[in-house]
Amino acid sequence: MKYHFEVVVRLKGGLLDPQGKAIEDSLPHMGWTSVSNIRVGKHIELDVEAESEDEAQADVDEIAAQLLSNPVIEEVEVQAASAKGWTRYQAEATS
Amino acid sequence: MSSRGHRVGVVTFPGSLDDRDALRAVGFLGGEGVPLWHADPDLHGVDAVILPGGFSYGDYLRTGAIARFAAVMDPIREFAQAGGPVLGICNGFQILCEAGLLPGALIRNRSLRFVCRRVHVRVETSLSAITAGLVAGEVLEVPVKHGEGQFVASPDDLARIEGEGLVLFRYCATDGEVDDGYNPNGSTHAIAGLRNERGNVAGLMPHPEHAVDPDTGPVGGQPLLTSLLEQALVRA
Repeated sequence: MKYHFEVVVRLKGGLLDPQGKAIEDSLPHMGWTSVSNIRVGKHIELDVEAESEDEAQADVDEIAAQLLSNPVIEEVEVQAASAKGWTRYQAEATS
Repeated sequence: MSSRGHRVGVVTFPGSLDDRDALRAVGFLGGEGVPLWHADPDLHGVDAVILPGGFSYGDYLRTGAIARFAAVMDPIREFAQAGGPVLGICNGFQILCEAGLLPGALIRNRSLRFVCRRVHVRVETSLSAITAGLVAGEVLEVPVKHGEGQFVASPDDLARIEGEGLVLFRYCATDGEVDDGYNPNGSTHAIAGLRNERGNVAGLMPHPEHAVDPDTGPVGGQPLLTSLLEQALVRA
């Protein structure tokens, strides 16, 4: 069975987010002066072939901790697509 | 072939840029540069290893994040744990941090700009593979060229780094004064380079391999690479 996951990586609070700052600095030029605290993260999607969703989740947790994020500077969150009510990949997997 | 010792391996990853310069610098200073490939399962019997600068794996995900898992990193980790001298320059420093061989991490420069210029760094300790011939307080001129050289660490790691004297270099003025105005990337505590507890693993953002030949610029890199060569000889 194939399971779909979404991994979100964020820079830890307190660390300068250069991309967020660059975006923030550009907004006043467009007339927006009411926006602050822009933080840019990474959104990674992946499929895992496994016997169960729990097994797949354990794999993704390990991949997320070892490669997709660096605990020194980032926080990482793994979510199964099923938990978000997504159905497209589940339909694919069962077809 | 040169005598045993002085054989310094320089790893080429996909996207490495300064591997050739590092090999040339080793040769210029009387050592023998040995090209190593990222897929190599062993280190061909070298006595020291340099991880050079560049943009390994396109800096995808994070700088050094993917290089850390290259095949050659397994023997390098064993070599480092056995006390072998390992030097990471720029991207090589980023790789050593990602691999957990040095503490902390390197993120985008505070200025958001790529910085390419000569800087001065103050030597903080002689207890490492690349500063063995130097005295704390000496100032060296070397170039930097990076977009992601801002050193950061958790408060616990930072306390340990400072407490155990793991800082090798700080960005400074020509007279050694450390002030935020001389910090090219916003690094915490102006840290430009680090060592591990044992001192055999060292990493820095400035490029000693670009600063050995008086015909092409400053020579602040000479004593660092000479020290590495001497450490390699001790091991051989």
